Amino acid sequence: MEFAFPEYNLRLMAPEIFLFLWALLIIAYDVLTKRKSETTAGYLALAGLMITGLILGFTGTGHGFGNMFVSDTAAKFFKIIFLGSAFMAIGSSFGIMREKIVNHRGEFYGLILFSTVGMMFLSSSNELLSLYIGLELTTIPLFVLAAFFKDDKLSVEAGIKYFIVGAFSSALLLYGISFLYGLSGTTDLVQMKINIAITHLTFQNIGVILILAIVLVVAGIGFKLSLPPFHQWVPDVYQGSPTPVAAFLSVGSKAAGLIAFAKIFVNGLFAFHHPDMAPNDWGRLVALLAVAAMILGNTVAIRQTNIKRMLGYSSIAQVGYIMIGIVAMNALGMAAMGFYIFAYMFANMGAFAAVAIVEDKTGSCEISTYSGLARTSPLLSATFAVFLLSLAGIPPLAGFMAKFYIFAAGIQAAQHDPGLYWMYWLVGIALLTTVFAIYYYANIIKQMYFAKEPSPHKVTYNFPALTVLLIGLAGLFVFGIYPEPVLHFASGIASSFGIIP
Amino acid sequence: MVPVSAYLIVAIVLFGIGTVGVLISRNMIVMFMCIELMLNAANLALIAFSRSLEVMDGHAFVFLVLTVAAAEAAVGLAIVLAIYRNRETINIDRFSILKW
Repeated sequence: MEFAFPEYNLRLMAPEIFLFLWALLIIAYDVLTKRKSETTAGYLALAGLMITGLILGFTGTGHGFGNMFVSDTAAKFFKIIFLGSAFMAIGSSFGIMREKIVNHRGEFYGLILFSTVGMMFLSSSNELLSLYIGLELTTIPLFVLAAFFKDDKLSVEAGIKYFIVGAFSSALLLYGISFLYGLSGTTDLVQMKINIAITHLTFQNIGVILILAIVLVVAGIGFKLSLPPFHQWVPDVYQGSPTPVAAFLSVGSKAAGLIAFAKIFVNGLFAFHHPDMAPNDWGRLVALLAVAAMILGNTVAIRQTNIKRMLGYSSIAQVGYIMIGIVAMNALGMAAMGFYIFAYMFANMGAFAAVAIVEDKTGSCEISTYSGLARTSPLLSATFAVFLLSLAGIPPLAGFMAKFYIFAAGIQAAQHDPGLYWMYWLVGIALLTTVFAIYYYANIIKQMYFAKEPSPHKVTYNFPALTVLLIGLAGLFVFGIYPEPVLHFASGIASSFGIIP
Repeated sequence: MVPVSAYLIVAIVLFGIGTVGVLISRNMIVMFMCIELMLNAANLALIAFSRSLEVMDGHAFVFLVLTVAAAEAAVGLAIVLAIYRNRETINIDRFSILKW
């Protein structure tokens, strides 16, 4: 009997393997130098991420490991985002390293890189098993990172809250996955789409189980994406955990949740408009959660006094906007989702880097600390203002183009299909809540520029953090004025998910 | 032969006990045990489906889930230990410095 071994195609996995070995190397280096690695460990981590990016550029596309691992445009696009957000998180961590983390530099950088490896596996997964493992590999190092200052009450509390919520959500997700597996008899996402349709047409009564599975999976990934009502952990964890970790959580972990969501729902459960597949109509459910995210995130952010909590609520709102692109389920929507998370990476990582620089100097994250900062630290105030304006969506920054494409995708979906008329309402609410958002972002800019007294603090920059600020600034202006290359690349995401433009 | 629905009912009861336990328990360790119960309910459902559909993917899945649960337990107990050292309690109601 002929038996065909699955083709491994190990070369497709080269970036992940390299980054994993590099993370081990950093931990070993820190131990071998008897914890005296100073800034070298950090520069090693940055170098590792850059080399991984280069390897990623030379990696081809294709399938490996019996179709469990896939390297396509969507995977590559998200891998760039993961590498970029890890790079910017590590770049903004040098100040905290000098002040607070004296003995565990190797573990800190190693865990960030391990989590990045998990995200990269997740974005390459083509079936439920590797997707679940990738998601766990992403979150377990983040539990440790959130609780990294183990003598600091806030950090440990953030760690425990994140751990309970993360473990609970992964159990919900796993139970939902077990139902999807039971309904389809396969873990392969593309096969699952076909099998569920067949099962549904054969036995007419699977609707309840399918709805239960969809609700469980939405809840499980909704925790990672911080969609209301699964968002309560976000502000607490952002406030308590070290600032670079909060930054990494807000972009890297969120992008990982987004690609997992897109893979399961767009790739695995796309039978959205088909009249015979009525129970599969997850769009309305997700649209409701997106509306809740936009309204709740943007209104509660207004009354925050801690800047990290405020950025936490703002990130809840941003996920609401991104979900419009997924619910629209057309080629423009997928491309817009990719572009949005790309622009969001520059703006949010930059904003958190600015917060980290101020925190290193003043030891405080209260918004009142920022009053009058423009007179003593003009460069920091100007860049921070640009990041906030991009998050609010002011032209000509990349955040504006991202919101524009997302809303355009929503309108296009509504025009294309009369059954989706509620997309007009979704976009309308999104436009309205954007106005609230401008209020609280502008409030910080007002504090920095229009305070009567100049601030008593004058921030000092270290070289990597300054680089992160400049990368963020350059990214926002360049891709705000000239978004075509990224948009062209991101339009490949749609074809990776089998959506024909 | 026991029908697959029997296993699924046991699984859903286990999952329900676990979920309710996480939501109402105030002790960190008990919450943690309830999460393990939820994972095991999912494992039971995976095995039952795998057996009745006669495909082996579910079996492989369960082994990896067990590994993940072990890793999660290692990290989780370490964090519980860290918070016990600086608060001297593991009651979740007392962890309320962070709130809006």
